[in-house]
Amino acid sequence: MKRIKTISTKNLSESIRKDGCGECQTSCQSACKTSCGVANQKCEKTK
Amino acid sequence: MIHQYKLGGFNIVLDVNSGSVHCVDDASYDIIRLFYEAEKAGVKEDRHNITDCILKKYGEGKVEEPITEEDIEGVFEEIDDLKKQGKLFSQDLLNDAPQLMKQRKHSVKALCLHVAHTCNLNCSYCFASQGNFHGERAVMSAETARSAIDFLIRESGDHYNLDVDFFGGEPLMNWDVVKETVRYGREQEKKHNKNIRFTLTTNGVGIDDEVIEFANREMHNVVLSLDGRKEVHDRFRRTINDRGSYDMIVPKFQKFVAKRRADDTNPDRREYYMRGTFTHLNRDFAEDIKHMAELGFDRLSMEPVVTDPKDPIALTEEDLPVLYEQYEELAGWLLARSEEGHPVTFYHYMLDLEGGPCIYKRISGCGAGTEYYAVTPWGDLYPCHQFVGEDGFKMGDIWTGIKEEEMRESFGRNNIYAHDECRDCWAKLYCSGGCAANAYHSTGSISGIYEYGCRLFRKRMECAIMIQVANAMNNSSGR
Repeated sequence: MKRIKTISTKNLSESIRKDGCGECQTSCQSACKTSCGVANQKCEKTK
Repeated sequence: MIHQYKLGGFNIVLDVNSGSVHCVDDASYDIIRLFYEAEKAGVKEDRHNITDCILKKYGEGKVEEPITEEDIEGVFEEIDDLKKQGKLFSQDLLNDAPQLMKQRKHSVKALCLHVAHTCNLNCSYCFASQGNFHGERAVMSAETARSAIDFLIRESGDHYNLDVDFFGGEPLMNWDVVKETVRYGREQEKKHNKNIRFTLTTNGVGIDDEVIEFANREMHNVVLSLDGRKEVHDRFRRTINDRGSYDMIVPKFQKFVAKRRADDTNPDRREYYMRGTFTHLNRDFAEDIKHMAELGFDRLSMEPVVTDPKDPIALTEEDLPVLYEQYEELAGWLLARSEEGHPVTFYHYMLDLEGGPCIYKRISGCGAGTEYYAVTPWGDLYPCHQFVGEDGFKMGDIWTGIKEEEMRESFGRNNIYAHDECRDCWAKLYCSGGCAANAYHSTGSISGIYEYGCRLFRKRMECAIMIQVANAMNNSSGR
C-alpha cells in the first residue's frame, strides 16, 4: 500500500532547461494590485 | 527544503525546491519530518531509531490500524524513490540563481495607465488618496495615452504578449481616452506583431450599456471593485455626496458580468474579478466573499487593506488568528461549492500545479520597475501604481524613456535573493519575493519584507495547496 501519494505538479527543475520565455502575464495585472503572488499566474506555454 | 502541515483533513508535504506536493498518512508524515530534522542537522537519518519511534506511536495497540516494521520499510523505499525522482528532499535551485537571473529579459511588457487621477467615489481607505495619488487631479490626454502605447511597443523587445491596465483613480472618468487607447493599440499591435491584453479596473459608477459592450469586446480582463456585504461596502466606498455606492453599482456589475459570460465569441476576453478590500473592521471577510457569490459572481478576489499601521482600520497582530481561520473557512466553503456543482474561483487560491509559472517567473519578482511601469496622466513613469506620487521614484517619461538606470537595476535585483528572510521561507517560489511597494512602505526599503503580508500569503498558499490536494484525492478516489 502506498502511503505517500504524489500530486502531479510541474517539475521546477525541468523548467530551468526549457522555460523562461517571459510571455506570461505580469503579476500585478490581474486582480491584486496590492500584493504579489506568482503562483496563480498561467504559463503561456501550457495554456 | 520541506514544508509540511495538516489542513482540511490532509497531511500535506511540500518539497519546496521541486514544487512537488505529497499527501501522506500520519506515520509517513512523521517519518518525513524525522528525515528532514536529520537533514537540517547535517546528519544521515537513523532509520533504526526512526522505526522505533514510529512503532511506539503507530504500532500494535497504539492506533486502530497499526503500522508494522515492514510497512515502515516500505515508506523508506517510497522516500528513496521520490528522492531519486527529484520530488522529495530535492536540490536547492538557488545555487544556480545568478546564472538564471542573467538570462532574464528586462524589456518592458506591461503598463498601468493612470488615465484619470480623479474619482467619482470618495473611499477613505484608498491607497491612491481618492484617486489623485496625493497630487493634482488630472486626466490623461489621448496624445499621452498613444505615446504610452508607442513607448511600450518600442521598449518591448522580443515580447509578443503585452499588458495594459486602465487604472486610476477611476478610468471610466476618462472613457473616451480609454477607447482611443484601445483603438490605437489594436492598430499598432498589428503593425508590430504584438498582442496587447487590456484590463479595466473600475468602481462601477460609470458603467452603462456602451461601457459593457466595449469592455466585453476589448478587455481581456475586467476588475470590478466590490467589498462584499452592503454595510461593509458602504462603510468606505461612498459617493462624493457621502452616500453608500452599493445599491448603485451592484446591478451594473451584475449586468456587466452576465453579458460577459454570455459572450462566447471570444473566450479569451471573458476573464473578470470582483475585487474587494477587507480591513480590521470586517475581519470576517469570508462572509463578504460568500455574499459576492450570492449576488451571482463567481470570480472573486479579496485583498487585505494596505495602510498606515496607526490607521484604526489597519489589520493588527491580534487579527491574524481570525484571518487565518477565515482563510481556512473560505477554503472549505470553496470545496463544498465545487462538490455541489457551483464552483467559485478565489483569485488567491488559483493554483495550477501542473501548468503554473516556471522557475524564472517564480524567482524574478513582480516586474515593477523593470518590465512593468505605471504611467501618470502627465506621462511620467513610476515603478508601479503603488509608487506613483512617491518622492524619488519617478524613473523617466514615456517620451524619453527610463532615465534612472540605477533604480531600474535595483528593482531588477529585487528578486527573492534580495531578501535574506526569503531564503528560509517555504513560500518563496509562490510569491517571488513579495510586493516591493509594500516592502518600501513598511520598512523604507524595496528589499525589505512586509512580514504581515508574508504571514497572510503563507496561509493563503497553504489553503490553496490543500484545495489542490483535496481535488486530486477526490478524483483518485473516484468522487
